Amino acid sequence: MERKSPVFTVFVYVCALLLAVVILAPLAWLFVMSISPAADLAAKPLRWWPQAADFSRYAQLLSRAENSAGAAFTSSLRNSLEVAGMATLAAILLAVPAGWAVSRTPSVGWSLSLVIATYMLPPVALSVPLYMGLSYLGLLNTVFGLALIYLTILAPFTTWLMKSGFDSIPREIEAAAMIDGAGLLQTWRIITLPLAAPVVATSALFAVLLAWDEFFYALLFTSDQRAKTLTVAIADLAGGRVSDYGLIATAGVLAALPPVLIGLVMQRALISGLTSGGVKG
Amino acid sequence: MSGTWITARAWLLMLPLLAIMVAVIGWPLVDTVRLSFTDAQLVGTAGNYVGFDNYTKMLTSSNFTRTLITTTWFAAISVAAEMVLGVLAALLLNQEFRGRAVLRGLMILPWALPTVVNATLWRLIYNPEYGALNAALTQLHLIDDYRSWLGEPGTALAALIVADCWKNFPLVALIALAALQAVPRDITAAALVDGAGPFNRFRFVILPYLAGPLMVALVLRTIEAFKVFDIIWVMTRGGPANSTRSLSILVYQEAFSFQRAGSGASLALIVTLLVTVLAVAYAALVKKTAGSAA
Repeated sequence: MERKSPVFTVFVYVCALLLAVVILAPLAWLFVMSISPAADLAAKPLRWWPQAADFSRYAQLLSRAENSAGAAFTSSLRNSLEVAGMATLAAILLAVPAGWAVSRTPSVGWSLSLVIATYMLPPVALSVPLYMGLSYLGLLNTVFGLALIYLTILAPFTTWLMKSGFDSIPREIEAAAMIDGAGLLQTWRIITLPLAAPVVATSALFAVLLAWDEFFYALLFTSDQRAKTLTVAIADLAGGRVSDYGLIATAGVLAALPPVLIGLVMQRALISGLTSGGVKG
Repeated sequence: MSGTWITARAWLLMLPLLAIMVAVIGWPLVDTVRLSFTDAQLVGTAGNYVGFDNYTKMLTSSNFTRTLITTTWFAAISVAAEMVLGVLAALLLNQEFRGRAVLRGLMILPWALPTVVNATLWRLIYNPEYGALNAALTQLHLIDDYRSWLGEPGTALAALIVADCWKNFPLVALIALAALQAVPRDITAAALVDGAGPFNRFRFVILPYLAGPLMVALVLRTIEAFKVFDIIWVMTRGGPANSTRSLSILVYQEAFSFQRAGSGASLALIVTLLVTVLAVAYAALVKKTAGSAA
């Protein structure tokens, strides 16, 4: 790698450009569609850049007028936020004590391995009894019921991340606090949790991303504006008889914005989380 | 403090998690097993015990065989392509060039894009009348007429695989890049001094560092690809003529569209078993790779 011929350098730049285009072109097109007038999108030959940028669809989707596309979209946005928020909070509350317990007492670790092994289960293997159970409890088509089901995905993942996080906090620090007379809860409050705060934040972000992305359970267990999430609303738009493709694209941009922003801002933490997962297995 | 007390305390701290997991995973799984031996409907009748009828019916149906083949194709090709493209992208991103940090940052975008948005985006790109792919290919004179990429059995699965790869190869690239950055510089330099060509340097110097992380990525991606539902549901719903129907979609249709909870449950368990066998075989492979790479 020390001797670099000019040919090689040119080759590297060409490949880099190609990779950038492959990554960006579909995303850029999603945005262009969202601001192109409907006539431009239906034109042949296709107009790749709008004559005049038209942001009206964003206003349309974010308006809350009765029975409009906006009403359906904003309610699904609210539902997605509520489900992701509730499920993430619950997952973290379960994961912190459990992750700490496994980290400090490896002899109970097998139960966490069992929980993590459920990752292999296809959601279809649980879906029929979950449907019947939610129906029995009157929780079908509720945000709360969906958040509860999302724990099947979020809780094992966050517990495992928290466990690796606690592993990197030396237990000697905790032991020192305990020798000085601090109880377990006090040790957690003063020592462990402040040190684990970054891991808690990363786990929570991962959980939000997972919940935001979920589609299968939401498709099965929600049926109208009271609980339908964004992913279901977008699938409805894409599969329905909407004639304005720009509107579908706009919904896509809005739904993608929060996770993409989280991804860009938290890049370093997310990548190290992903790769440590990839490396440790 | 005694060991028993510490263990008891650990179980106590895990209790909330374990209780919830039993409620939302353990019990449903057991109940799926029970249902799979009945002719229960999704709504209404509780169903009677029918022994292995559901299993024999499902395993011998041509739908199952065909769907298994489709799913295997989808998983094998998309995962293989994601691995190759991911490693190539990682090798590129490990070179020194201007704008490298920005390009590395961009790789997070497809990963962060929600699966359903990705599926919707590609569905729009493949649109038979107004899609960007048709427009681009005709304007470049590569095709004469607009085609229905998702509407023809011959191209639908390939079109899905492209969409899935675009979203997932960047993740493989990021994992591979992290592994590449762990390769000590003096080792690659030494191989260079010893006169190893680019291929041999990759094969004998770099690949051993990549093998472990890549195997794990391979396992996780294969399991996910085998369970695939979202992207196919949004783009084709398994069509046209069931040419893109995956196993998960078949279970969905059986249990929820036709409301046959019993046979749907048996099919779901067959899929679960297949994924488990795959995962166990892979795990053995990972252990072997990890052993030989160290």
